[in-house]
Amino acid sequence: MSSNIENFLDQPYEAGFTSDVEMDSFEPGIDEETIRKISAIKDEPQFLLDFRLKAFEHWKTMEEPDWANVSYDKPNFDDIIYYSAPKEKPKKDSLDEVDPAILETYEKLGIPLQEQKMLQNVAVDAVFDSVSVATTFKKQLAEAGVIFCSVNEAVEEYPEIVEKYLGSVVPYTDNFYAALNSAVFSDGSFVYVPKGVTSPMELSTYFRINTQDTGQFERTLIVCEEGSYVSYLEGCTAPQFDTNQLHAAVVELVALEDAEIKYSTVQNWYAGDEDGKGGIYNFVTKRGVCEGDNSKISWTQVETGSAVTWKYPSCILKGDNSVGEFYSVALTNHHQQADTGTKMVHIGENTKSTIISKGISAGVSQNSYRGLVKMMPGAEGARNYSECDSMLIGDRCGAHTFPYIDVRNPSAQVEHEASTSRIGEDQMFYFLQRGIDEEDAISMIISGFCKDVFHELPMEFAVEARKLLGIKLEGSVG
Amino acid sequence: MLLEVKDLHVRAGDEPILKGVNLEVNAGEVHAIMGPNGSGKSTLAKVLAGHPAYEVTSGSLHFEGDDLSELDTDERARAGLFLAFQYPVEIPGVSNAQFMRQAYNERRKAQGKDELDPLQFDDHIRERMKIVDMDPKFLDRSVNVDFSGGEKKRNEILQMAVLEPTLAVLDETDSGLDIDALRTVAGGINSLSGEDNAVVLVTHYQRILDYVKPDYVHVMTDGQIVKSGDKQLAIDLEEHGYDWVTEEQGAA
Repeated sequence: MSSNIENFLDQPYEAGFTSDVEMDSFEPGIDEETIRKISAIKDEPQFLLDFRLKAFEHWKTMEEPDWANVSYDKPNFDDIIYYSAPKEKPKKDSLDEVDPAILETYEKLGIPLQEQKMLQNVAVDAVFDSVSVATTFKKQLAEAGVIFCSVNEAVEEYPEIVEKYLGSVVPYTDNFYAALNSAVFSDGSFVYVPKGVTSPMELSTYFRINTQDTGQFERTLIVCEEGSYVSYLEGCTAPQFDTNQLHAAVVELVALEDAEIKYSTVQNWYAGDEDGKGGIYNFVTKRGVCEGDNSKISWTQVETGSAVTWKYPSCILKGDNSVGEFYSVALTNHHQQADTGTKMVHIGENTKSTIISKGISAGVSQNSYRGLVKMMPGAEGARNYSECDSMLIGDRCGAHTFPYIDVRNPSAQVEHEASTSRIGEDQMFYFLQRGIDEEDAISMIISGFCKDVFHELPMEFAVEARKLLGIKLEGSVG
Repeated sequence: MLLEVKDLHVRAGDEPILKGVNLEVNAGEVHAIMGPNGSGKSTLAKVLAGHPAYEVTSGSLHFEGDDLSELDTDERARAGLFLAFQYPVEIPGVSNAQFMRQAYNERRKAQGKDELDPLQFDDHIRERMKIVDMDPKFLDRSVNVDFSGGEKKRNEILQMAVLEPTLAVLDETDSGLDIDALRTVAGGINSLSGEDNAVVLVTHYQRILDYVKPDYVHVMTDGQIVKSGDKQLAIDLEEHGYDWVTEEQGAA
């Protein structure tokens, strides 16, 4: 039975093609000159160049962290290309000048950017290697007062907002990869929702790595003013190379009083082949701050790709009554390694956080949940509920849970539940005896296991996520 | 003939469990297979369904004339062979309605019939739930999760009612039931057995036979059916215990 399940898991990676696009790329390697060059190409204001240079100086003093439960060959930072952009620069208001090969790439990935084919009610920012190549529905959003554009454009058009918030949630000193990102980030998405506005549609960014030796260092900044709301989706794919590419992103979210940000990710970076060759190193820092009272930040992630994942979308609950949520499905197969989880830092009174983590391990993969719940002295009446469930498929993989709890206020309540299960012979026999074949059984069991998380995803994403897990797990249960 | 078991030998790992079982079941019949713990009666039920833990070493199994050794577990199920589990399995996050609809539609597809959509199926299953006196709230609950022992058994009979199998093998469905639940479950079994199908009840105790009247009673000990008879045999067993059969066997 297990060999069938493995076949089921071994579906080809459909996003693994490379597009032939003429690129302007830097020589590999990093020094102060690289950073000045990136900044100069973008014609950046002084504050940003200073930010980059400080980050670079700091990064040079840091060491790559090794506390995560993953092992890999550390990237050689002199071999990475830090800037790579399509040669033809798109005009901001028209797709006519975007290289057709790029448009075709996104279409192949199911993300059409052309007006007549665009997804209804989802605005898309398409990031190709280092830069944003197109943003859809900008006009409609602007009418509602919502700013959705690339970070480069935001630096040009709204420098004061960028200067105020960039690095305010994830300072460049935060960690090794955040420092590197702060020094060399090339683009990313920027969202600003003004006071009292509910974004009329879902916003989404689609990240694509195309060039073999390019590192992708994007930066996303989302600011929600008082009483505003936005739902933001993020998708990622990359071609199949037998070398590893580095993806080191930083995402910062700021929610002011009564504001709510819902951030969803379906991550499907190339995971490497079945022998563990190639794939993306996904070392990402994501953090949101609930700055104002009654604000809410909710992270939902479905992680199915990458060779190595190191990612902890977190919430700093500063405002009283603010709410942080983390819903995660992490699937690892073959040689994939994931160390992912969240941090919930309760500062304000009556702050509340919920953590629901579902880890699925197959093949010889290792899947770790690492989470910190911290109740600061001022967090009167704060509450946390955590649930970490692991499912093992086969007997060569591993699931690990590392919950850290730090409570400094006696009135705070922390609840943690964990479980580990296995798709066992008995469960499979039950489905088969009811006439349901193995593939359908696996997909029903996995969907059931992940139900609480899928429930949080916007509709289109939930369908995609279910499909993705089905594809990734085809043939793997036994 | 619905089921024909001939000189069936089965082992689990290196251990022989069934040592030459013979059994014939026709449409319209109810058979009870009784025996002490470890006699092999539950193994027989699982082997009929095609459980992967058991290996048929010799003998044969035919269901409606088809050689079961050529059918996988799910194919046997779609052909109309149903097993009510002694220990029904929990499936978190999958609703009872979703699970049963999938199973039901697989069976319909195999019969060349159209699948039912969720609304059509809802009508069908609500009507079937009356047979086992189950509250429709169980439709939205995850399969068997947080069900009491009795609710799990009732849920098995509900699945039997939904799937309308040609041959239903009930593996100790009566064990652990209080008298009311036993009556409901037995009532469900009775209303589902008809001229075109058959029921094989695997049980340790005689008491369910007060409610479900078997046409034949078989006694299994040490991997063989050692005695067959009618309802009276079950009553005698209740009175004298299994040792009586074993001793009689030894004497004969």
